[in-house]
Amino acid sequence: MTATGIGAPVRRKEDQRFVTGTGRYVDDLNRPGQAYAYFLRSPHAHAAIRRIDKAAALASPGVLAVLTGEDLAADKIGNLICGWMIHSKDGTPMKAGPHPALAQGKVRYVGDHVAVVIAETLLQAKDAAEAIVVDYEVLPAVVDPAEAQKSQAQVHEVAPDNTVFRWHLGDKAAVDQAFARAKHITKLSLTNNRLVPNAMEPRAAIGEYDPGTDSFTLYTTSQNPHVARLVLSAFIGIAPEHKLRVIAPDVGGGFGSKIFIYAEETVCLWAARKIGRPVKWNAERTEAFLADAHGRDHVTEAEMAVDEDGRILGIRVSTIANLGAYLSTFASSVPTYLYAPLLSGPYDIPAIYCEVDGVYTNTAPVDAYRGAGRPEATFVVERLAEVTARQLGMDPAKFRKKNYIRNFPHQTPVIMTYDVGDYHASLEKALELADYKNFGKRKRESARRGKLRGIGFSSYIEACGIAPSQAVGSLGAGVGLWESAEVRVNPTGSIEVLTGSHSHGQGHETTFAQLVSDRLGVPIENITIVHGDTDKVQFGMGTYGSRSGAVGMSAIAKAIDKVIAKGKKVAAHVLEASEGDIEFKDGKFTVVGTDKSAAFGDIALQAYIAHKFSGQELEPGLKEGAFYDPTNFTFPAGVHICEVEIDPETGMTSIVNWTAVDDFGVVINPMIVEGQVHGGIAQGVGQALHERAVYDASGQLLTASYMDYQMPRAEDFPPFTVGMTVTPCPSNPLGVKGCGEAGAIAAPAAVINAITDALGHEDIAMPATPHAVWRAAQKSQMRMAAE
Amino acid sequence: MAMTMTGEVVLPADRSIVWAALNDPEVLKRCIPGCEELQKISETEFQARAKVAVGPVKATFNGRVQLSDIDPPNGYTIAGEGQGGVAGFAKGGAKVRLEEVEAGTRMTYDVEATVGGKLAQLGGRLINGTAKKYADTFFANFARLVAPTEAGASPENA
Repeated sequence: MTATGIGAPVRRKEDQRFVTGTGRYVDDLNRPGQAYAYFLRSPHAHAAIRRIDKAAALASPGVLAVLTGEDLAADKIGNLICGWMIHSKDGTPMKAGPHPALAQGKVRYVGDHVAVVIAETLLQAKDAAEAIVVDYEVLPAVVDPAEAQKSQAQVHEVAPDNTVFRWHLGDKAAVDQAFARAKHITKLSLTNNRLVPNAMEPRAAIGEYDPGTDSFTLYTTSQNPHVARLVLSAFIGIAPEHKLRVIAPDVGGGFGSKIFIYAEETVCLWAARKIGRPVKWNAERTEAFLADAHGRDHVTEAEMAVDEDGRILGIRVSTIANLGAYLSTFASSVPTYLYAPLLSGPYDIPAIYCEVDGVYTNTAPVDAYRGAGRPEATFVVERLAEVTARQLGMDPAKFRKKNYIRNFPHQTPVIMTYDVGDYHASLEKALELADYKNFGKRKRESARRGKLRGIGFSSYIEACGIAPSQAVGSLGAGVGLWESAEVRVNPTGSIEVLTGSHSHGQGHETTFAQLVSDRLGVPIENITIVHGDTDKVQFGMGTYGSRSGAVGMSAIAKAIDKVIAKGKKVAAHVLEASEGDIEFKDGKFTVVGTDKSAAFGDIALQAYIAHKFSGQELEPGLKEGAFYDPTNFTFPAGVHICEVEIDPETGMTSIVNWTAVDDFGVVINPMIVEGQVHGGIAQGVGQALHERAVYDASGQLLTASYMDYQMPRAEDFPPFTVGMTVTPCPSNPLGVKGCGEAGAIAAPAAVINAITDALGHEDIAMPATPHAVWRAAQKSQMRMAAE
Repeated sequence: MAMTMTGEVVLPADRSIVWAALNDPEVLKRCIPGCEELQKISETEFQARAKVAVGPVKATFNGRVQLSDIDPPNGYTIAGEGQGGVAGFAKGGAKVRLEEVEAGTRMTYDVEATVGGKLAQLGGRLINGTAKKYADTFFANFARLVAPTEAGASPENA
């Protein structure tokens, strides 16, 4: 390992500009002549639009245009799409209601887009929006996913019982048999609370049209600019792909919420041509609460069957997933193929059956949020495992060890083939780091101070490195999920790497450069990572699902191999040896068995000046590209142990210890990986203790600001104890698995398992706020008094 | 989001005077905080415009006010609905009962209100506080206008 190679804790190259205010986010960009967009949003959860009177708004100072859904339709602008087809049990395709970028005839959630005002200044646009008169006929709304299928309110005509799909996975008969012979069955009713993503940078867009070349440019906060271009072009029909450039510059966090192709970006781009000026929009924080795709929102009944030895025989799960008012870009995949295939966890479970009903409600669309389906699955499996162990009177660590998969590859009953892992090693290390054997002592010490101490496990697995294109295609994906890369070596030996991955907090400019530095022996400062511009990078599928390492970097590795192969050809001419005798090591091309060598930079120069070979012998230049399509998902796994102390008088839960032992395969940069683990845990704890998007019964979002939506804070956390175990991933050339979502996947179950351990009963839901915990603690005390 | 408020005041005036005032658009206009216009369009219906400020949101609401369950001089139900443009909407009603007591007339009110859009997004703490303040202001204004000390019995002259 060199100081900047694979495995080195290199400080992030990009942080200098981020922390000194020299980053370039969309809102930092201003185009000549730009006008400003402001969206008039629905105050009603569900209403028919009888009439929109825009006369007064059009007459307001500075107003350039007031556009509505009628204008979109007149220009034949297509609807927003959902790119993953799910079929119901009966074989029928999911019921996708129309999703226009501006409402046509009906609004379906508070925050839905009614009209856009474009004006010289933002304040003029806002003032004019006040003057738009909309005549609504308010309709009954449905908000609660558990009520959606019985509701009188109908969100979309195509879905009479508000049901998008009734999907299932697994062998129902085998599960029924397993339950019939079970010694013990654990049943749980679980709610996976609805979350608002809250990236630090809100979404933003500038649409621009150049009449000279008849081409568009969209500057936007995207995790996948090429996919945005594809959808805006092929489906929404803004412009042909070669006439549309999408630039996602520095992006301040996404967590999934910036994967999707939304109304606002679409409208800015379309309006730019209509008014002949660039159009800029920057979401206010409340708009982000209202109209960013939310996360989670499941209602689940789950059962686990075990035999007399405590071996799991089967799992049966029935989930209602709230998809909101419209199907967002990948909404349908999250509670189906990103959820149910993870219900085996790290356990050897012979039979699994999962039913999922996706439902429409009059709430913001729900789509992928850090972990996307996998946190929901882990919450089900790990709550079941913990409660089963308790009900059997078994130590929860022993219960897990008894049921862990030992032999690999392992085929689960729900699609996945786990390639490699060592769950025992992670658990053993976590038990040691958490000082599990002395927990009883700590619990007694807490009790002496009147506090309730609890410990909770979460032994998660996730499927990352999304994904083999053929496999996801067979499951309904509308796209392939490979990645592309191009390695451009300059004559002076410096390097630009163009990647289809997109960095919005992950540190790619550092980790990707480490890979190149490691392989080519070039100093890290001589390497630039280029991403986020469809005119520079040929194509890419973007960053989500912890795919940038396993898929994005693998594409770079493949391109590097081609650069080395070409470099050997050049070196053979320069060093006057046969190509087969050239080896490349430590940044030098050497003739095997001799001291004749040339540095990488010298060969790069020779490749471009092309004096040592003729055009018939070799193409000049040193630039190679590669597409990499993975052969399997990757399966990061690990054990998180959370230890809490509860003050029964106030209901305050303090996290007193947190141990995370993760197996991410080969680690490129342990400092960045640890940061990702910390961030993931914080978001997972946010879900477990604080966060919940609340709509009232009429569909008003009551948690639309930080006054009412509580985010986790630094003071909520102890220092984390982070450990690693490594089983290199066999399905990619780097052996990496991915680490971006692990914390958010593991944490909720660990926290709730710890709290329920402290309380002595299972009756608490997320978020376990002080009020909820206080009430649950009262119940514990009443039980103790009764006993 | 919905909220409810109840309250009562004892007004130092005869019930008939209070009842008349409750049916007088000019009185109501002067009592409703921020009311700029209240026009009677039928025996039981008014057209109203009011400026409302809740925390950072200021908006002009246009809407209709309707009287129902009219039971002179014992009380009525007053209900209104207004659109505040980008600020959202508000609708609500109050059951108002009048009862003769020694010191004059006891007025009890039972308010139910719903707000939507930006107003609801401000959060319950701000909305509930503001709504209570508006109701208190209305009834304080009303009490002042019907009090006999204010230049005779006719509130219009107050």
